[in-house]
Amino acid sequence: MKPPGRRAFSWSGAALRHTVLLATSVLVLLPFVWMVSLSLKSPGEIFQASFSVLPDQWHALENYTAALTAQPLPRFMMNGVIVCGAILILQILVCAPAAYALAKLRFRGREVLFALVLVGLLIPHQVLALPLFILAYQIGILDTYAALIFPFIVSPFGIFLFRQFFKAIPDDLVHAARLDGLSEASIVWRVMVPIAWPAVVAFAIFSVVAHWNDLFWPLIAVRSEELMPPPLGVMAFKNEEAGSDYGPLMAGATLIVAPLVVAFLFAQRWFVDGLSLGAVK
Amino acid sequence: MAVDFASWRRSETAPCPSGGAQARKQALAEALAAGLLAGPAVLLLLALFLLPVLAVFVIAVTDWQFGARSLSFVGLKNFAELFADPVFRRSLVNTVLYVCIVVPATVGLGLLIALLIESGPRLRAFYRAIHFLPYMATLAAMAIAWEALLHPTIGIVNQTLASLGLPTPNWLRDENTVLPVLAVIGIWQGLGFAMVLFLAGLKAIPVDLYDAAEVDGADATLDRLRVVTLPMLGPVMMFVVIVTALRAFEVFDTVKILTQGGPAKASEVLLHTLYVESFEFLRTGYGAAVTVVFLFIVVALTLLQARILDRRVHYS
Repeated sequence: MKPPGRRAFSWSGAALRHTVLLATSVLVLLPFVWMVSLSLKSPGEIFQASFSVLPDQWHALENYTAALTAQPLPRFMMNGVIVCGAILILQILVCAPAAYALAKLRFRGREVLFALVLVGLLIPHQVLALPLFILAYQIGILDTYAALIFPFIVSPFGIFLFRQFFKAIPDDLVHAARLDGLSEASIVWRVMVPIAWPAVVAFAIFSVVAHWNDLFWPLIAVRSEELMPPPLGVMAFKNEEAGSDYGPLMAGATLIVAPLVVAFLFAQRWFVDGLSLGAVK
Repeated sequence: MAVDFASWRRSETAPCPSGGAQARKQALAEALAAGLLAGPAVLLLLALFLLPVLAVFVIAVTDWQFGARSLSFVGLKNFAELFADPVFRRSLVNTVLYVCIVVPATVGLGLLIALLIESGPRLRAFYRAIHFLPYMATLAAMAIAWEALLHPTIGIVNQTLASLGLPTPNWLRDENTVLPVLAVIGIWQGLGFAMVLFLAGLKAIPVDLYDAAEVDGADATLDRLRVVTLPMLGPVMMFVVIVTALRAFEVFDTVKILTQGGPAKASEVLLHTLYVESFEFLRTGYGAAVTVVFLFIVVALTLLQARILDRRVHYS
C-alpha cells in the first residue's frame, strides 16, 4: 500500500508515530469511556471519586432500566427515527427530480433555478429559524412532527450533489431510455437514481447524521416531551435530574450516541465520504 | 455553468435542421417535464429559503414583538441598540475569541494527526476511525459526558489534578475557564473532520513530487514536509480553516446545555444570543437584527470558501 518514493520509516519513527497517535486516541476517546464507565456504576461509587473504568459493583442494569423507563427515552429515539426518516424520504423525493431537470433537461429558467440552489447553499439554517418559527405558528403546526420536518424537506445541498452525479451520466443513456418509452419521471427513478446510488447513500448519511444530532431547530419547534428527538430529550432529562443522578443520565446519553457510533463502525468509509461531502455545505 | 448556458442558447437560436415543428414539440415537452420535475423544489426553495431570508431583513427594521398585534418601522434602530448592548458586544467578542482558539488548534491537530497517520502503513483505518468518532457523535449527549468529565470533585480531570496537588477549578462555572473549556470541546469534536479533509489532500499529492524532491537532496522527513507536503496542501489548508471557522461560529449545543451563556455572560455566543432574544424573550425585531449580523459573517466566510474551492478546481 506504500507508494514508491515515500521512504520506509525507521523503527523509531514508527514507534513515535504509534506513541503520539495512541496518546491522542486515548484523549479523544476519554469522554466516551467516562460516559460509559459512569453508566455502569452505582451512585455511591460515582461519588467515591475513583479512577477505575470498570465498576466494583455492576449497576448497569439499574441505570439502563432507569434511563429506559423513568424517562421516555425509547420515545425520543423513535421520534428521531420518524423525523430523520421522513426528512430523508421527502428530501430525495423533492431533490432528485429537480437535480435531473438541472442536469439533463433544457428549459427556460434553468440558470435561475441553479442560482436559487446556490443561494440556498449559502444560507445557514439558523438564519431561517425565526421566520420559519413564525410560519409554523401561523399555519398552526408548532409542537407537531410536521414542525420538526418541514424546514428540511428541500435540501439545496441534495439538489447540488445529485446534479453533479447526474451530469456525469452519459446523455445517450437518457436518450435510450426515452426511446424505450420511459417517461421523464421514470428516467429519474429507474435510471438516474440507481446509477447514482453512491451519491444517494452519501447524502442519506449526511442528512441522517445532521438531523439525528440537531438540537437548535427542535428546541424551537416542539415543547411536548412526546415529540422530542434525542438531543432535546437528553437535555430535558439532564435538566430534570439536575445533575444528581449521573448513572441513568449517562446510560441515556450512551443509548442516544450509540446508534450512529455503531453504524459508523460498520460503515466507516461511507460515513467519512458522506460527511466530508458535507464540507461544501 | 457557462458551458451549459452556451449550449442552451445555441439550441434555441439554431434548431436542428431535421423538421422544425418536431424539434419545437420536443423542446416544449422537455420544458413541461422540467417544470413538473423541478416545480416542487422551486416552490419549496422560495417558501423555505428565499422568502424567509428576505423576511428576516424586513423584520429586523421593525420593533415587532412576537404575539404583538402591531408593529412599526424603526429603521436601523435595532442595529444601533444591538451594537450599544453590552451583552451583544460580549457575545460577539466571545464568539470571535472562541473561533480564534478553535480554528488554529483544530487545523493544527488535524494536520498533525493526518500527517502521522499517512506516514506509516499500519493501523491507518483504526486511527482514522477513532479520531473521526466525535464528529458524528450527538454533541448534546456528549456535552453531558464532558460535564461529568469536568465535574469539580468527581470528574476525572480534577481528580487527576488533585492527585498531582494542582488547583482544581470549577471549569464550567468559572468566568476565566468557561470559554477555553468550551473551545476544547469544540476542538475535540472538529479535529477528526479536519483530519479527514487533510488525508484527502495528502492523497492528492503526486508521488513524483517526492521523487523529484529526493533527487534534489530533500532526504529527511522534515525536508520533504517543508518542500513538498505543506506547500501542496496550501489550498486544502485554506479550505479547512474556513470550514472549521464556519462550524465554530455556529457553536450552540454545548453552550445551551452546559452554561446558558454564563457565568456572567462569559460564554454568551452569537447563536445563543440569537436563540434567547428570538425565542425566549420573543423580541422578534431585535432577534432578527442579531440574525442579520450572523448571516453576514457566515455568508462572507462561505463566499471566501467558494472562491478558494474555485481556485482549487483551476489548479487541478
